[in-house]
Amino acid sequence: MSNKLNHSMSLAKPDAVDISNKQKVALAIGILGLFILALALFNTNFPNKGLFLTLSLGFIAIGTIIYSRDAYLTKLEGIKNDGVWFKSISSRGIWGWILGVILTAFYIVLYFYPQYLGLGKDGTENTGLISLFDPLSNLLSGRNASQWFVYGTLYTVAILVFGYKFMLKYRHNRYQQLRTASVMFFQLGFAFLIPEFMYVMNSDLPYYDLKSVWPLNYYIFDEWSVKAFLSNGNIGLGFLLFGIISIFLITPILTYKYGKRWYCSWVCGCGGLAETAGDSFRQLSSKKMSAWKLERWLIHTVLVFSVVMTVAMVYTYLGYDHNAFWLTKGVFISLVIGFLTVIFAGVMYFKRHELGKDARYGAIGYFVVIVLLVTMHFTGTSENVFFIKGGDLRSAYGIYIGSIFSGVIGTGFYPILGSRAWCRFGCPMAAILGFQQRLFSKFRITTNGGQCISCGNCSNSCEMGIDVRAYAQKGENIVRSSCVGCGICSAVCPRGVLKLENDTMEGRINPTEILLGNNVDLMDLVNKK
Amino acid sequence: MEHIVIIGNGISGVTAARHIRKLSDKQITIVSAETDYFFSRTALMYVYMGHMKFEHTQPYENWFWEKNRINLKKGYVKHIETKSKILHFSEGDTLQYDKLIIATGSKPNKFGWPGQDLDGVMGMYHKQDLENLEKYAPNNKVCKRAVIVGGGLIGIELAEMLNSRNIPVTFLVREDSFWNGVLPEGESTMINRHIKNHHIDLRLGNNLKEIISDENGKVKSVIIQETGEEISCDVVGLTAGVSPNIDFIKESDIETGRGVKVNRFLETNIQDIYAIGDCAEQHEGINGRRPIEAVWYTGRMMGETVAQTICGNRMQYNPGHWFNSAKFLDIEYQTYGWVFANPRKNEAHFHWKHTDDTKCITVCYSTNTNAFLGINTFGIRMRHDIFDKWLTEKRDVNYVMEHLAEANFDPEFYKTYESDIYSAFKNELQTV
Repeated sequence: MSNKLNHSMSLAKPDAVDISNKQKVALAIGILGLFILALALFNTNFPNKGLFLTLSLGFIAIGTIIYSRDAYLTKLEGIKNDGVWFKSISSRGIWGWILGVILTAFYIVLYFYPQYLGLGKDGTENTGLISLFDPLSNLLSGRNASQWFVYGTLYTVAILVFGYKFMLKYRHNRYQQLRTASVMFFQLGFAFLIPEFMYVMNSDLPYYDLKSVWPLNYYIFDEWSVKAFLSNGNIGLGFLLFGIISIFLITPILTYKYGKRWYCSWVCGCGGLAETAGDSFRQLSSKKMSAWKLERWLIHTVLVFSVVMTVAMVYTYLGYDHNAFWLTKGVFISLVIGFLTVIFAGVMYFKRHELGKDARYGAIGYFVVIVLLVTMHFTGTSENVFFIKGGDLRSAYGIYIGSIFSGVIGTGFYPILGSRAWCRFGCPMAAILGFQQRLFSKFRITTNGGQCISCGNCSNSCEMGIDVRAYAQKGENIVRSSCVGCGICSAVCPRGVLKLENDTMEGRINPTEILLGNNVDLMDLVNKK
Repeated sequence: MEHIVIIGNGISGVTAARHIRKLSDKQITIVSAETDYFFSRTALMYVYMGHMKFEHTQPYENWFWEKNRINLKKGYVKHIETKSKILHFSEGDTLQYDKLIIATGSKPNKFGWPGQDLDGVMGMYHKQDLENLEKYAPNNKVCKRAVIVGGGLIGIELAEMLNSRNIPVTFLVREDSFWNGVLPEGESTMINRHIKNHHIDLRLGNNLKEIISDENGKVKSVIIQETGEEISCDVVGLTAGVSPNIDFIKESDIETGRGVKVNRFLETNIQDIYAIGDCAEQHEGINGRRPIEAVWYTGRMMGETVAQTICGNRMQYNPGHWFNSAKFLDIEYQTYGWVFANPRKNEAHFHWKHTDDTKCITVCYSTNTNAFLGINTFGIRMRHDIFDKWLTEKRDVNYVMEHLAEANFDPEFYKTYESDIYSAFKNELQTV
């Protein structure tokens, strides 16, 4: 078909899309900023680290800003997707693969070999890249930088500058603008600044990003974390309670009213990076039925793993003695099993008509969890669960899910799998919110009668790999657990077919065979049968 | 088992096949010479613009057809032998059918312009047209200018496509304002300005006289009828409408006019042969619609209907209220009910335009009964089901204007204009 597509695998520039001279200058400025970071990485000892850090981050920001302004403000408002499948970087061409390898390598070093970034071991001075960030870290919290501070800073800068770019790209669309402003705010404030200030106020408090809810924040109920909270008086206790309230109260209420988008594309940092820096890669997610099947197995397996792991972790540090503390191992396990049973029975009872054969998978998942928990209770000790050390289970989760899946694959593979691979295949929080969104939420994407022309712009731009068109062309609303409500399908639709809405639960799921516009008798005959 | 053969794998034929499969166990074969698999014709433009790849225009994955036992045959039907119920292919083979659905769609109009078959002259309808465009207009070095002839929906899409690759476009429109045979003046002139804002060289009231060839049989330039001006170009897009793609039927005893003549049951004059979609021509237009409707959704609806008939529930094609939509570069357009370019007898228009010149609406109502008859909206999305309901209920225009916000379908947090529109409407009524 299009001979353009071959070009994207070669280094030669695709002939249709060229960048302006101004954009070339902007790119040069941005690369200069990255070059300073690279020099630092290779142990260049800059004389005035504060100055060079400012220069580096400043160049990156200014380069991106100039580039974006020239890309979007020189054109009329509208959809700006020209050539995304021609550009090497956004169509799994050679630049896409190069970027993917660099990002993946960065994550591997970050998680497993921070010494290569210059992390000082056992209290020694930082060197290299991390030392470049010492002045900023000292400014904010009075301590030297860690690899996580470096990562957090770069992450925040990425969300801010690419968020700006995204807002220009969608400057005709207020939903996109507000949503992006929101993720920029939550990243800068809640994920980056507030935890630093909290440290200044009380250095014993564990790092706590208030918007990061269990099970995304999988370490919040670890023994060290809970102990640290509890040893810090009312503030610590307050934070711990907030963490619990977030899961059991705030999350269900907001998801009921607005769908999981309130979190996934308005608040969450992972989502924030995907929507801003990852925007150029959203079209790369697979829309195949086979990918959807894999997604459902994978994400729910991670959820089961995360629930069992968290319960196991808490279990190990609880006591046996009823008199010492009311929450003993036995009470705790009973509470968890009771809670899960109530949810499971409620869903099966109230939603049995909607579930179809998914009910069987739900039942399998439920029984797997219960069997695991019961087994754990009767075989576990304070040290061991499932005959391995409790801590090993926790570190396995941390390494395989927390680091490799969410970081290395989730972000490193942006240019290969699309920007939401983690959110789609791995995030246990997304699984919980999605479960609720599918069954108990007012949110849906409404399909506008018979206007769909099956063009596929919606499916193409869905970062979660939902085949939106499959629903729209049937005149059916989109109610999918994975939908993060980014609203891009609605934005790119050339016929005004899709609208994200919160409305009543009734009639939300409306499978149809014959669309509005046809013979009324035929619609009645086929649809109401 | 009864063998249903469908000629054409567009939206009409594929919808018919899907619904026949839902309703029955009949053997189904879809024949196409254009592509192996069904794709969305309306999305071809996005492939050239790089928004999508060709495979993304295919609404069903390739395994879908086998799973649903729908046979796909690639081949060009040369002749239909209606007595023995046999299709003859230009490749030499034949296919026996029990019932035949003709769903061959349209082809671009060519009006006998000198040079209309030169290399570099093309319509924008088939997948092959897109391949042609990719060959003759891959970038603005190979194609220094393109001329588009014909100011309709396909013409403006082709202009948008070429614009996305920074290829200069001259857009020849016969009418003195873009698509003003369909759009009321206020809308049409707003689109004129929008086209020019995109740096497209819009020539209103200009006709093509001839296309000039270079020494290799490739287009070199065009001559404009009115001024005699010669415009050099490397590509000429002919987008002056489409007509039914039925040349291969003309020899058979199936009755044809401009299209394949069908009755309200979509049956042709020959038993067991049906025609649906762009290629079907009603003896009389239904409810003010044209006898031939080359629209995506009417093709789909005819497919939905004919499947019922073929599966034993003989049913008239009886479309509901007219609606449609399109996009003119960055401006979306929707229409519900009837709004003609000029108000017909006993009709009046109310027109409102936003000062930013990218949003407007036109409402048509009856001056006798005050009944709401239809609405065109530009840059504001509206709800199909609400307008369908209001048209069925024959609502008064005042009611519709007062409740317009209920029909708004713009994304959340968008600025709304319904109250401005309503007060403009009331003001106008007072001054009349």
